[in-house]
Amino acid sequence: MIRFFLTRVSLVIPTFIGITLLVFVLVRLIPGDPIETMAGEHGIDAALHEQLRHEYGFDRPVIVQYGFYLSRLLHGDLGRSIATHRPVIEEFKSLFPATIELSICAMLFALCIGLPAGIIAAVRRNSILDHGVMGLSLTGYSMPIFWWGLLLILLFSVQLGWTPVSGRIDVLYFIQPKTGFLLIDTLLAGDTGAFRSALSHLILPAIVLGTVPLAVIARMTRSAMLEVLGEDYIRTARAKGLSSFRVIAIHAFRNALIPIVTVIGLQIGVLFTGAILTETIFSWPGVGKWLIDGISRRDYPVLQGGTLLIGAIIMSVNLLVDVTYGFINPRIRHTR
Amino acid sequence: MSKYRLLPAIAILATLSVTPLSAKTLVFCSEGSPENFYPGVNTTGTSFDANSQIYSRIVDFERGTTKVIPGLAQSWDISKDGTVYTFHLRHGVKWQSNANFKPTRDFNADDILFMIDRQWKSDDPYFKVTSSNHSYFNDMGMPKLLKSVEKVDDYTVKMTLTVPEAPFLSDLAMEYAGVQSKEYADAMLKAGTPEKIDQEPIGTGPFYLVQYQKDAIIRYKAFPQFWGGKAKIDDLIFAITPDASVRWAKLQKNECQVMPYPNPADLPAMRKDPNIKVLEQPGLNIGYLAYNTQKKPFTDVRVRKAINMAINKKAIIDAVFLSTGVAAINPIPPTMWSYNKNIKDDPYDPAAAKKLLAQAGYPNGFDTDLWAMPVQRPYNPNARRIAELMQADLAKIGVKAVIKSYEWGEYRKRAQAGEHQMAQLGWTGDNGDPDNFLNTLLGCDAAKNNGSNIAKFCYQPFQDLVTKAKHVSDQAERTKLYEQAQVIFKQQAPWFTIAHSVQLKPMRKEVIGFKLSPFGRHTFYGVDIKQ
Amino acid sequence: MSAGTFEPSIASKPPVGEVHPFQEFYADFKRNRGAVAGLLVIFVLLFLAITANLVSPYSPTLTNDVAFLQPPFWQPGGTFAHPLGTDAIGRDMLSRLIFGARLSLLIGAAVVSLSVLVGTVLGLVAGFFRGLVEIAIMRVMDIVLTLPSLLLAIVIVAILGPGVMNALLAVAIVLLPHYVRIARATVIAEISKDYVTAARMIGAGSLRLMVKEVLPNCAAPLIVQATLGISTAILDAAALGFLGLGAQPPTPEWGTMLADAREFILRAWWVVTLPGLMILITVLAFNLFGDGLRDALDPKLKR
Repeated sequence: MIRFFLTRVSLVIPTFIGITLLVFVLVRLIPGDPIETMAGEHGIDAALHEQLRHEYGFDRPVIVQYGFYLSRLLHGDLGRSIATHRPVIEEFKSLFPATIELSICAMLFALCIGLPAGIIAAVRRNSILDHGVMGLSLTGYSMPIFWWGLLLILLFSVQLGWTPVSGRIDVLYFIQPKTGFLLIDTLLAGDTGAFRSALSHLILPAIVLGTVPLAVIARMTRSAMLEVLGEDYIRTARAKGLSSFRVIAIHAFRNALIPIVTVIGLQIGVLFTGAILTETIFSWPGVGKWLIDGISRRDYPVLQGGTLLIGAIIMSVNLLVDVTYGFINPRIRHTR
Repeated sequence: MSKYRLLPAIAILATLSVTPLSAKTLVFCSEGSPENFYPGVNTTGTSFDANSQIYSRIVDFERGTTKVIPGLAQSWDISKDGTVYTFHLRHGVKWQSNANFKPTRDFNADDILFMIDRQWKSDDPYFKVTSSNHSYFNDMGMPKLLKSVEKVDDYTVKMTLTVPEAPFLSDLAMEYAGVQSKEYADAMLKAGTPEKIDQEPIGTGPFYLVQYQKDAIIRYKAFPQFWGGKAKIDDLIFAITPDASVRWAKLQKNECQVMPYPNPADLPAMRKDPNIKVLEQPGLNIGYLAYNTQKKPFTDVRVRKAINMAINKKAIIDAVFLSTGVAAINPIPPTMWSYNKNIKDDPYDPAAAKKLLAQAGYPNGFDTDLWAMPVQRPYNPNARRIAELMQADLAKIGVKAVIKSYEWGEYRKRAQAGEHQMAQLGWTGDNGDPDNFLNTLLGCDAAKNNGSNIAKFCYQPFQDLVTKAKHVSDQAERTKLYEQAQVIFKQQAPWFTIAHSVQLKPMRKEVIGFKLSPFGRHTFYGVDIKQ
Repeated sequence: MSAGTFEPSIASKPPVGEVHPFQEFYADFKRNRGAVAGLLVIFVLLFLAITANLVSPYSPTLTNDVAFLQPPFWQPGGTFAHPLGTDAIGRDMLSRLIFGARLSLLIGAAVVSLSVLVGTVLGLVAGFFRGLVEIAIMRVMDIVLTLPSLLLAIVIVAILGPGVMNALLAVAIVLLPHYVRIARATVIAEISKDYVTAARMIGAGSLRLMVKEVLPNCAAPLIVQATLGISTAILDAAALGFLGLGAQPPTPEWGTMLADAREFILRAWWVVTLPGLMILITVLAFNLFGDGLRDALDPKLKR
C-alpha cells in the first residue's frame, strides 16, 4: 500500500514542475506590457517605465526570472499582483472560499438529483422515465452554461423576483468572515436572516455550475447500475426474495458507487472551467473571475500564481481519488 | 429555522428575499474593486471613488463643480509672481483609527509633507511602498513644477514652484493628493508592515473603512469627528457589481440606491420607473477618431474632410451611445469655458465626400486601417461597434477600412507611436482647463515624443494660439484665443469628433443631495436619504 | 481507459452467413431514435451552412440604420423583413444565425481534425516506441489535462490574440490529450497481440505496422471521440467568444453574438436567447449522434 502511494506521489512531482514551467512560459508569452496597461490615456514616460520594469524584475533574462520564481515558490511566495500590489497568495486566500462554497453546493445539487435520477433510469430501463432522464441529462451535458445562467437570471431574478441577481449575500448584513464560507459564517454569527440571504444568493449559481456534473453523474450512475444489476449476485438476491428496494439500495448501489466516485472526483477540473463562466455571469467574487480579470490586466503574478495553485489543487484531488480508488479496489494497486 | 426545513423549496425561495432593517444606510452599486486604498498610485475612477470617502485633501473641488474650495487648508496666499503658495492649515482635525493604530495627535503640517514627499522624493522610505508609480503626481508635472515644500510651523506649509502655473490649486484638489497620516506611516514602518497604511487606511475624511472584500463589498461608517461635521448617512456601502444590467436590477429592487454607468439600453425603462430619477450632465470628455496626419493619404486635409462627411455621426450616437452621448463638434466639451458655439459640424453627405475624395486624387477610394479600443472607456461605450458602423459608411464612398484592435496598453502605446492610419481614442479632463485638451491632445510637443497627440497634428497657427493662451492669465483673453483655435481645428480636421458622453446617474427617488461631479467621481458626503 | 473494449474486426473476419458488420452497425444505429434525430439536425445545419449565401436574406454584417433592435415578427413592432429581429446596430438576426452555423461547424470540424490528426500521431508514436518518448509525450498531456481546459484555452488565446483562428487552435490544443490517450492505449493493447508480433517477425517496419495494422484498430474509438469532440469544440469556442476572446465582432459567431448582446438582456430577449439556443441545439445534435455511434460501435452495450 505504501509503495503504491509513493509511486503515485512520485508521478505527481514531475507533473507539478512541468506545470510551473508551462505556466511560466505561457504567461511570459502573452503580449502586452502590464505597466502600459495600467497607465490609462496618459501613458507613461520611458524612464519611469524602465524603473518599474526593473522593480518587477522584467528586465532580467527569462531563465533568471524563472529561477527566482521557483526559489520564491519554495518559500511559499507567489509574488504580488501588479494591479493591486497585494500578495497573490493573500488575494487567492480571500477569494478561494467563495469558489469552494459555490463548487460544493453545485456538486451537492448535482448529486442530490443526479444519483436518484440515474438509479431510477437504470431500474426502469427503456421506460419513458429512462428516456426522459437520459434526454434531459444529454441536454444538460450540451448546455452552454454561460447562456443557461443568463436565462435563469432572466426568469427567476428578473421576471419572478424570487432570487437575487448577483453577489454572495445582501450587503446590509455585516458578517465578519471567519471561515470565508458564508453559509458557515452566518450560522456561526447566529444570524438566520443572513444565512437565508446567503443561501438564496447561492441557488442560481449552484444550479448553473451543477448542471453539467449533474448530467454526467446521472449518465454514469445509470450505466454503473445497469452493469451491477446484470451481475449474478443481484439476480440471486432478487431470487432469494429480497425486496427490490433493498436490493437496489444496499447491494447494487453500493457496488456501483466506486466508478461513480471516481467520475465525481474527476469532475473537479470540469467544475473549475464552469466556475470561470459562472462567476463571470453572477459577479461571484471567486477565483475564476479573478483570473479572467488578471488576463485582461496582464497581471502576470496573478495569472501565474493563480493557475499554479488551481493546478496544484486539481492534482491533489486527482491523487486523492486515485489513492482512494486503489485503496478500495486492491486489484488496481498491482497494475501500473 | 426548523420550520423552514419542512417547507418545499419554492416556499423557501419566496421567503428568502427579506432584507433587514438598519440605520441610515446608502448602498452604492459600484462597478469594480479598487486597486488599493492609496490614491497616490491609483489610476482609475473606481479606486478614487473608494478612496476619496476616506481621505481629505489640502483643497477640494466644490461638489458638482470644478471650483476649488478650502479643504485641510483653511486659506492660502499666493505670491505676486505666482510661484509661492502659503497654506494655512485647519486646527483640530481628527484622524480616524482602526485595529492597528490609535492616533495620538491631530492632523498637522507633517502629514502634508509626507503626502508630497512620498510621491516626490525617491529616498522617502515610503516612495516604493505599494508602488513607486505615482501616476497622477507625475502626469500633472509635479516633479518638475515643485521647487520646495517647507513646513513653516505646525499649521503652515509653504510650496515654491519653478514656474507660475495657473491650474496648480486644481491639481492639488485631485484625489492623488489625499493626505495620509505620518504618525500611522511611522508606526507601520516600525512594525515592518508599511503597506498596511494602503490596505487598512485611516484618513481625516467623512467616512472610515470598516470592511473590504475584493470583488464583493466595501463597507464604511460615518466618521463622527469629521472636520466638516458628521455625514448625514450612517453607513455607506459599495456593493461591487461589475455588470451594468445587474446594477440596474438591484436598483429596481432597492438593493442599492445609486448606480454609476447604466446600460444605454436600459435608460428608457429607468426614465419610466416612478421610483427612480436619472441625473445627467455632459461629462468633461471627448471621444474621437484621429487621422494620422503624417501618413498618406491623411496628410491631405481634403481626405480628412471627406471622411468626416462620409461618416453618419447621428447613426453612431443613436446605435452606440443611445441617449448617453451628444454629438461632438469641437475637441472640448460644451460645458467647458471657451467652448466655441458658432462652429458648425461637417454635414453628413456621402456624395460630397466622394467628390472631395476624387479631387484629392482618390476617385475609387483607398485601403486603410481603422483602430478600435478593445475596452470600454468613459467617453466611448463600445469602440468596436462604432468601428463597424464607420466601416459600413466608408465602404459607401469606396474606402475599405480594416478594423484592428490590440490589448489596451498595447493599443495606446502603438497609437501614440503613430502606427495607425485611423484610430479611435478619447480623453477625460483632469482639472477642467482647456489647455488640458487643446494643448495636451493637439499640441506639437505631444505629437513629437510619442505623446497623447495621436493625430500627430502639428500645425503652427494652431500651436501659436494655444501657447499664447497658456501664458496669459486673463480668462477673457484666453477664451478668445481658444475659440480661434477651435476654428482652425475644424478647418484642419485632424479628428472626426464623435461624441461627448453624458454622465448618467440613476438613483432612487429617496436619495437627496447627490451632485454630479464634472470629473465623473462619486462623493457621498452631503448625500442624504429621505425615510 | 481499459484496453480491449473494441474487438479487432480485421483479425477476426466474421464467419460466413452472419450479417456484415456495417449492416449490423446501421441497424443498431437506426434503432436509436435520438441518434437519428441528431443526425437529421446536423444535416439541416450543414445545409444551412453550405448554402448560407443563398438562404440567408441579408449579409450578416449589413447594418440597417432605421431598424435597431427590432423584435421578431410575432412580437409587436416586428416585421417579416427581419423574421427573427435585428441586433443593436440593425443587422438581421436570422442571417447572422445562419452564417453562425457555418462558422460553428467549421470550427468544430477544424478543431477535431486538427486534434485527431496530431493526437493520433503523438499517441501512435508514444505507444509504439515507449520509453523516454512515451514519458515525455504523456507527461505533457498530463499537464494539459490537469489545468482546467477553459483556463488553458484562455491563456493560449491571450498569447495568440483573440480571433477565430487562434480560438480554434487553443481549443484544439486543449482537446489533444484525449486523442493521444486513446490512440496510445489502443496501440499498446494491439501491439501485444499475435498478428502484430507475426507481422514483426516477417520484418514489417514500424511505420508500415503503425499505419497498416494498428491504426485501423484505433479507428472506432477515435471516430466516437471525434464526434463527441465536435460538440466540445463548438461549446468551448463559444465560451471563448462569450468571454470576448474568440471570434471578434462583426464575425457572426454565436458565443460572440451572445457576449455582444448581454447588455440588452432586459430590453431585447431575442438577441441573447437565439444565439444560445443555436449553440444548445447544435451541441445536443452532435452529442446525440455521437452517443448513438458509440452504442452502435460498442459491442458491450449491445442488447
